[in-house]
Amino acid sequence: MSRMSGAQTLIKALEKEKVEVIFGIPGGQIMPIYDALLDSKIRHVLARHEQSAAHMADGYARVSNKAGVCMATSGPGATNLVTGIATAYLDSSPVVAITGQVPSSQIASDAFQEADIIGITTPITKYNFQPRSVEEIPKIVNATFYLASTGRRAPVLIDMPRDVQSEIKKVDFSEKYIIRGYKALPKPDPLKIKKAAELIFKADKPFILAGGGITNSNAFRELKELAELLMAPVGTTLMGKGCFPEDHPLSLGMVGMHGTKEANYFVMKADVLLAVGCRFSDRTTGKLDDFSPDAKVIHIDIDPAEIGKKRDVELDIISSADKAIDALMEILKQRMKKKESNWQKRIKELKDRFKNEINDSKGISPPKLLKLLREALPLEAIVTTEVGQNQMWAALNFKAIKPRTFITSGGFGCMGFGFPAAIGAKVAKPDVPVVDIAGDGSFRMTENSLATSVAEDIPVIVVILNNSVLGMVAQWQRLFYNRRYSAVNLGDNPDFVKLSKSYGAEGKRINSLDEFTDTINQALKEDVTTVIDVPIDPEENVFPMVPAGRSLKEIVE
Amino acid sequence: MKQTFIITTLVEHKPGVLSKVSSMFWRRNFNIESIAIGAAERKDLARMTIAVKGEERDAQRLVAQLEKLVDVLKATMLDPEDAVIRELALIKVRTANSRIRSDVFNYVEAFRGRTVDLSPESIIVELVGSRSKIDAFLELTKKFEILEVSRTGETALLRGPGSVTLND
Repeated sequence: MSRMSGAQTLIKALEKEKVEVIFGIPGGQIMPIYDALLDSKIRHVLARHEQSAAHMADGYARVSNKAGVCMATSGPGATNLVTGIATAYLDSSPVVAITGQVPSSQIASDAFQEADIIGITTPITKYNFQPRSVEEIPKIVNATFYLASTGRRAPVLIDMPRDVQSEIKKVDFSEKYIIRGYKALPKPDPLKIKKAAELIFKADKPFILAGGGITNSNAFRELKELAELLMAPVGTTLMGKGCFPEDHPLSLGMVGMHGTKEANYFVMKADVLLAVGCRFSDRTTGKLDDFSPDAKVIHIDIDPAEIGKKRDVELDIISSADKAIDALMEILKQRMKKKESNWQKRIKELKDRFKNEINDSKGISPPKLLKLLREALPLEAIVTTEVGQNQMWAALNFKAIKPRTFITSGGFGCMGFGFPAAIGAKVAKPDVPVVDIAGDGSFRMTENSLATSVAEDIPVIVVILNNSVLGMVAQWQRLFYNRRYSAVNLGDNPDFVKLSKSYGAEGKRINSLDEFTDTINQALKEDVTTVIDVPIDPEENVFPMVPAGRSLKEIVE
Repeated sequence: MKQTFIITTLVEHKPGVLSKVSSMFWRRNFNIESIAIGAAERKDLARMTIAVKGEERDAQRLVAQLEKLVDVLKATMLDPEDAVIRELALIKVRTANSRIRSDVFNYVEAFRGRTVDLSPESIIVELVGSRSKIDAFLELTKKFEILEVSRTGETALLRGPGSVTLND
């Protein structure tokens, strides 16, 4: 046991958790920790807004399959993290947030830069801690990483009072925090696995709906084996994109509001719906009562609270996806015979029919551009998205082939996510190209991360589908509000080429689709961040689309 | 069918736990009728008895959401047939004259309550029983001037030797 300060203890505990990088911004009440960080090998990436720091940690976590760490000072620093923490919470991403706090003696006195961040983040974290002594810190850090990255993953926050950071104590790193109310890894119930196998044997029209739980449990091989054995089509949620190769003959793409026609068509016809690691979000199901109406649902999820939360199910299996599918395969392999039924024939026909359908565009077509982007990028390249039209165009038209290569804010739909998440992703995988597919509205919410990407030498590519409007809102106003455009015009956008250059990044603009491939290839060779401004028609809609609250049968195209 | 369900919950006995639990009620939109909380059989545990109104699936969802909380060690729905469920109420009634006072005394006796405070103008009645018993008393005494009511919310234990507790 050695004597050290709370700040040093925290940093040492983070090192023990193999933390390599922290994304953050310092401030008054976290100075002892930033001081201790100087003596550590942990890299610090200076964000320019705490929201971005949280998104960077989130992007890092989703790509690396490890917890991502962000840090901010008390009060406004901490509250600025909140949007990023909520984003990670809704998408089950293991983000660890560390915040400074006013000294214990001043807590609850409305001290300068004090915020009750424990109270504020309670509904958007799995747990949060406020150590009141140095001795507790190692246990708390250990518990934080355990909670964040096991079970259903989620953000966890540690709020560090200033006096606890400075105090010097003898510290023991061998003690463990006992979390007796927490069950990390439920094992699938063999009886239910057997029943599920029976349901699957009897199915004529099985459909697999794969969500982010596949990615979080690394069940990629398991899912592929299962789909191929059943010859069942696979539709994914937005969070599931990439967990099953989208160039696979059984892949139908995304289900839901902006799902593909084939995925929405077949999910509605299924007789057994095997929903794995997904939560029946309203964006996936459309009108819940009419979602996959004839299907018996087998719901596999690691979180018991998701069972029956939205859709009543025939059978629930509380387990991580990999273990549950493995157990299912044990039984299925022995009895299942591959045979091509009408179901599979029909799937092949419809897939072929819809394969090359792209609506005409005035000007540069975003779907065509995204298909060119796919051709230009290696399969391991990582794509992040902002939120809105850009995101749905990307989800529909950019085929994710490898796991953890399509990073997007699904549940929270947080504009400004994509660019900082791309920076976090690049830190996790420096050798792989990272591209943020952006809209002009979203990009402007965290565009100052350009400073981080240049100063910290983290080159990424941003493709701005620039329609000078808040595109998705404008689309809804066009379709459902009689073209009454309210507060969506962004005609005062800066010149993104000049803006990027003023940050020391590269800026390009293309005026036709023909220029895109060359421009992206050039950007891939750059060692600074390149922003590619792509002017598109503001009237361009994302189709197909199912209006909110309607059945997935009611596709608008 | 909407009804009241009783959930008994063992939680960590430490600061902040009540706020974490009640934050979840709000976020998950549960219609909580009462919460009674106090020390349990071990000093590191508190027992929280929650009465929730809704369909049975709402109550099951609440149990799942409770169990998901890190500070909650156990959450179990109690079958009213198999549980002792009690609430305590203190009821202050204005007794303007001796006729009213003796009327109130009669009700207290019929309900097996106790008079725990007596002043020339008021009495405090202590009543222990099921929620419906207390509701019935309040209904019957509506004709008097009730000055204050304080109810603890229902608290409950499983009947017989079986128990909802921590087994280590």
